[in-house]
Amino acid sequence: MKTIHLDGHEIPFEDGQTVMDCALAADKPIAHLCHLPGYTPYGSCRLCTVKIDGRFSSACTQPAREGMQVESETEELKEMRLGILRMLFVEGNHYCPSCEKSGSCRLQHAAYNAGMLDPHYRPFYPKREMDASHPDILIDNDRCIFCALCVRASRDVDGKAVFDISGRGLATRLVVNSKSGLLVDTDISVEDKAVHVCPVGAILVKGRGFEVPIGMRLYD
Amino acid sequence: MIRLATCSLCGCFGCHMSFLDMDEKLFDLVEKVEFDRSPFTDIKSVGKCDIGLIEGGLCNEENVEVVKAFRENCGILVAVGACAINGGIPSMRNHFPLEACLAEAYLDGIGIDHPQIPSDPELPRLLDKVMPVHEAVKIDYFLPGCPPPAEAFEVLLEALLKGEEPQLPTNLIHYD
Ligand code: SF4
Repeated sequence: MKTIHLDGHEIPFEDGQTVMDCALAADKPIAHLCHLPGYTPYGSCRLCTVKIDGRFSSACTQPAREGMQVESETEELKEMRLGILRMLFVEGNHYCPSCEKSGSCRLQHAAYNAGMLDPHYRPFYPKREMDASHPDILIDNDRCIFCALCVRASRDVDGKAVFDISGRGLATRLVVNSKSGLLVDTDISVEDKAVHVCPVGAILVKGRGFEVPIGMRLYD
Repeated sequence: MIRLATCSLCGCFGCHMSFLDMDEKLFDLVEKVEFDRSPFTDIKSVGKCDIGLIEGGLCNEENVEVVKAFRENCGILVAVGACAINGGIPSMRNHFPLEACLAEAYLDGIGIDHPQIPSDPELPRLLDKVMPVHEAVKIDYFLPGCPPPAEAFEVLLEALLKGEEPQLPTNLIHYD
């Protein structure tokens, strides 16, 4: 049996598995946002950054190799993850009290686990447009963290390619594959996987807001 | 006696209500604490204090003045609640020009009788954007939540009164 060492634990892996895959399988989860088991690794959020044999690497993209020494829950890495989360918060507009994903949001949950009490940086308050054109589905771009899970789900699972990420740096944005750029002019439907993979409240099914009472939400 | 000051800037007083939700714990607290400027005392200006709790973000010039006075007078300053920490719900106006916000509220909104933008010199001028309090002064501790639960206030004050670093348990950290 081949193994890697993760924070002193010996963890088995099979060829083809990433560090993230085998850590999750061994119930030693590494914090992550843009990763979802079964999806092609994307490595954009960097939250799963670990130290492998002394070098930084994202656990979700790094194939496991025999004898790898992986550090994850060290003070250094925890501090870096907190920094990444703070940047994710200030780069978008995350008004948790008004977001219907609040309580079931993976960004929020990761920040709670990281002990984030404040954003530290000056918020950008970027101006981003909302797309409410579709009768059943809402895109609130304020909350998008560009994890590309919807991109991958639409392309690889739904076979539609409704979404993509466009631009670079601060100009990065989620784009919709239709002539008008509006969701209503795509063939997306509410059953599509792409509508349900968003880790934050950027893609929502309309008419279901605040369905689950506070106290009973996913991470309450 | 530890002197404690509190204020609500661009907030909704929800954090103060949550503070009061400490209920019977308040009896223990007032044994150890004397309130200075606070909506609880109605004292209007802040004196020398050990601890200052700031609710709400910065939306006008007076807010900036108050938070600076708190910083000057309080040994420990705590940003309390979502609005103080990241601007919160009021900062949703940051997406619109200030003129558009004023026009919507005082000129074009539904049911407005004598449309006019208030210009009394006594009214503090609005800031262009709503900002968290840490943009104006150094903040020592943060108590997140909208509002932070009463137990979070307890944990915070218990530690500060003992002269210890507050450690908020994960289950008391929330942003809504
Ligand atoms: S909309 Fe959601 S799933 Fe799509 S990229 Fe943005 S955060 Fe990720």
